[in-house]
Amino acid sequence: MSLTTFLIQCLNSLQYGLLLFLVASGLTLIFGIMGVINLAHGSFYMIGAYMAFALSPIVATTLGGGFFSVLMVGVVLAILLGYALEWIFYSYLYEREHLQQVLMTYGLILVFEELRSLLVGDDVHGVQAPEILSGTLPLGDLMTYPVYRIFISAVCMVLALGMYLVFTRTRLGMMIRAGSANREMVQSLGIDIQFLYRVVFAAGVALAAFAGMVAAPVSSVYPGMGGSVLIICFVVVVIGGIGSIRGALLAALLIGFVDTFGKVLLPQAAGVLVYVLMAVILLWKPDGLFKAG
Amino acid sequence: MKPKVVFVLASFVALALYPLVAASFGIDLITKVMIFSIVALSLELLVGGTGLVCFGQAAFFGIGAYVAVLLSPQDGPASVAWLLPAAMLAAAGYAMAVGALSLRTRGVYFIMVTLAFAQMAYYVVHDTPLGGGTDGIYLMMKPVLGERIDLDRPIILYFFTLFALILVFGFLSLLLRSRFGRALAGIRVNEQRMRATGFETYPYKLAAFTISGAIAGLGGFLFAVKDGFVNPELMSWHFSGSVLIMVILGGIGHLRGALIGAFAFAFLQEVFQSEAIFGAFAKHWHLGLGLAIIASVATLPNGLVGLPAQIRDRLIGRSSRRAQAEGMRG
Amino acid sequence: MKRSAIEPSGVPGKAAESGPLLRGREITQRWGGLIAVNQVSLEIARGSVHAVIGTNGAGKSTLVNILSGELAPTSGRVELMGQDVTGWSQPRRARAGLGRSYQRNTIYSSFSVLENCRLAAQARMPKPWAWWQDAQGCTHSTAAAHEAAERAGLAEVLDSKAGLLSHGQKRQLEIAMCLATAPQVLLLDEPLAGMGAEETERMLALLVDLKARHGILLVEHDMDAVFRVADCITVMVNGSVIASGTPDFVRQSPEVQVAYLGEQALEQI
Repeated sequence: MSLTTFLIQCLNSLQYGLLLFLVASGLTLIFGIMGVINLAHGSFYMIGAYMAFALSPIVATTLGGGFFSVLMVGVVLAILLGYALEWIFYSYLYEREHLQQVLMTYGLILVFEELRSLLVGDDVHGVQAPEILSGTLPLGDLMTYPVYRIFISAVCMVLALGMYLVFTRTRLGMMIRAGSANREMVQSLGIDIQFLYRVVFAAGVALAAFAGMVAAPVSSVYPGMGGSVLIICFVVVVIGGIGSIRGALLAALLIGFVDTFGKVLLPQAAGVLVYVLMAVILLWKPDGLFKAG
Repeated sequence: MKPKVVFVLASFVALALYPLVAASFGIDLITKVMIFSIVALSLELLVGGTGLVCFGQAAFFGIGAYVAVLLSPQDGPASVAWLLPAAMLAAAGYAMAVGALSLRTRGVYFIMVTLAFAQMAYYVVHDTPLGGGTDGIYLMMKPVLGERIDLDRPIILYFFTLFALILVFGFLSLLLRSRFGRALAGIRVNEQRMRATGFETYPYKLAAFTISGAIAGLGGFLFAVKDGFVNPELMSWHFSGSVLIMVILGGIGHLRGALIGAFAFAFLQEVFQSEAIFGAFAKHWHLGLGLAIIASVATLPNGLVGLPAQIRDRLIGRSSRRAQAEGMRG
Repeated sequence: MKRSAIEPSGVPGKAAESGPLLRGREITQRWGGLIAVNQVSLEIARGSVHAVIGTNGAGKSTLVNILSGELAPTSGRVELMGQDVTGWSQPRRARAGLGRSYQRNTIYSSFSVLENCRLAAQARMPKPWAWWQDAQGCTHSTAAAHEAAERAGLAEVLDSKAGLLSHGQKRQLEIAMCLATAPQVLLLDEPLAGMGAEETERMLALLVDLKARHGILLVEHDMDAVFRVADCITVMVNGSVIASGTPDFVRQSPEVQVAYLGEQALEQI
């Protein structure tokens, strides 16, 4: 493998890993803080991707905007969706056993899939990257690298940094970290736990949907995408440790590299490598690389 | 005789008599539901019997099916006498490997890990030439048992499946009443206390996991023989989810719940897919199914098995109580 | 005379041994910079109750977890009847004769009282994993369960669902399950927690009855109870032993008085 190819694959790994992190961080937060295992999390990613496809004509005609307007509208919609969902559905799941949560959110996946099928259909779609970002950067003498992919990595890093700042510097972040470590304690301290949960949930949904929207130009928009991303996110959370954002980042990057280089070096086994990685880590650290924190 | 024993026996008798009134479509459908019952029973051993929520049953089912097809010779029918055990052994082997790794984890991790390992098996058959890819593989000649029993004939396969179902049910009844089964129950209720009393809990859980895998593999074998065809969708996580729904819909903690759940789930599927009722909307039957799942989990905490007691309690006005003390199962 | 199903049996040679049943040697538990248990040594002899008392956070629970096998110590040894069991898992120690009850109830609430004890007794049977016979028809474990339940004073409620018992009865069941495994040593973690006066009396009578045939380590907060039944008391503060000896010795020990009266004096301000 030439140096340039290696560099390209590294950039691809970074991009994939960071995207995964965005989705997985929502999943691990929702579980760490609310104690809810949410199988429908992949559906939010799918919803984001389909929004990127379906909203662009609408936004173009009503607001006159392009890709970035669609992103903003999409995020706002996702936050509203998350808020509403937490209120009418997820708030009933907090005290239930994991098995019930698993099945109820599984039912929700089916509902989301069919609603999407009814509203937008089952076709596979592509989404165009915006004009300013659709160029390429030269890499070495012969290769080039798409600007848009660099944009994805950059945006994810900015969001990751933003999350870090919120968690460590703001009161909200403090409450979230406390809630993640000890739910009952936070409640007894008089913090409005209802509001906290709703905010966290909406943020989780928004992160996943945003990841879906931003990824849409590079990966196609297709019906089963929610399920695939969900299971990989589970692997991220298992490797990284439940409730740990740091762990999710490390695990997501690890998976990004293993998967990307795996596809190049061992195409036959590509789909399986990630699970082999998980198996190896389980042998060594059954609770994940980091505990909650 | 206790009412639940009567119920189970009556069900088996009804199943045995069903072919007298059924068309070939019905025979095929009920064979399929009986196979699902077997897989649901295998999961009940884990969920209701040991407290292990496994989201990967499709892998063991699929491996049983694929091995049945892959090991069948092209030129003549294989003998059930070795093909069936081979399929079950392969499924049990994967279950033991997955269990050895997954059982190191607890709670939610366990659910996610079993799902992931099942997905791994899916990718093996989906992406590699081993599994024939998305096209699947055909079973050229269906296996036979001795001279007389040719599983190629639907009615023979029907009774073979019913026989297998009764055997599995009986075996699990025996197992759950035994010392081993009581130990599993103790692990489900309070694993810490089991360890404090002197039980090494890991081997028990691993044994239960392996047995469960073997039984699911039996279901896979039967399914491959019935359809004469296997494809990666047998191992999809949607099937794992469906089996879990069957178990909880029927009622956890009761073997007959797995039976009831499988039949109820199949019924729901047929209803929601019926164009007679839903017209063009029947194409989107997942919506109805999803809502039904949410509703049933929310309103029937003890599944359909617990429904009579739930109705009775509500009529009498007492607050709903959980299902009766563990002990006899069936 | 019919031999009791739960009589602590042992290899004849071991029964004649003169050493303590359970010994902890310089047990230390360190979590990073925090020292939870600091060089604690103690012994439990058959026929005696050794109480461990101390303020909250003194390291008593950690010590019990190390002795029972749930936690591996940073350093130190645990010896059960002369054998070094420091590397043994908890189930293995339990089968060798080390029983434990918990501060919070770890009973099987959905099973009957008898089944609770029977399942506990099953652990020591030759084939606890047997899969073909009906467990409840098993005579050995059922006999052991009956005995344990009766000794713990639960003969009246054998068929009741454990979750429906009164709090005192649940604590008795916690001990009965311990007894059903025919232990030599009993580690009892706050058995009197949450009990009223009458239930406490019953439990203390049970402890006195038990101490004849077993060695007991008792972690407790109820000082009156401790001084009534204990033959030896170890006082822990912040992970270290500040005094250890007979009740009278401890009562008069200046270190203990400072540790306890000092706190009370502070409270009075």
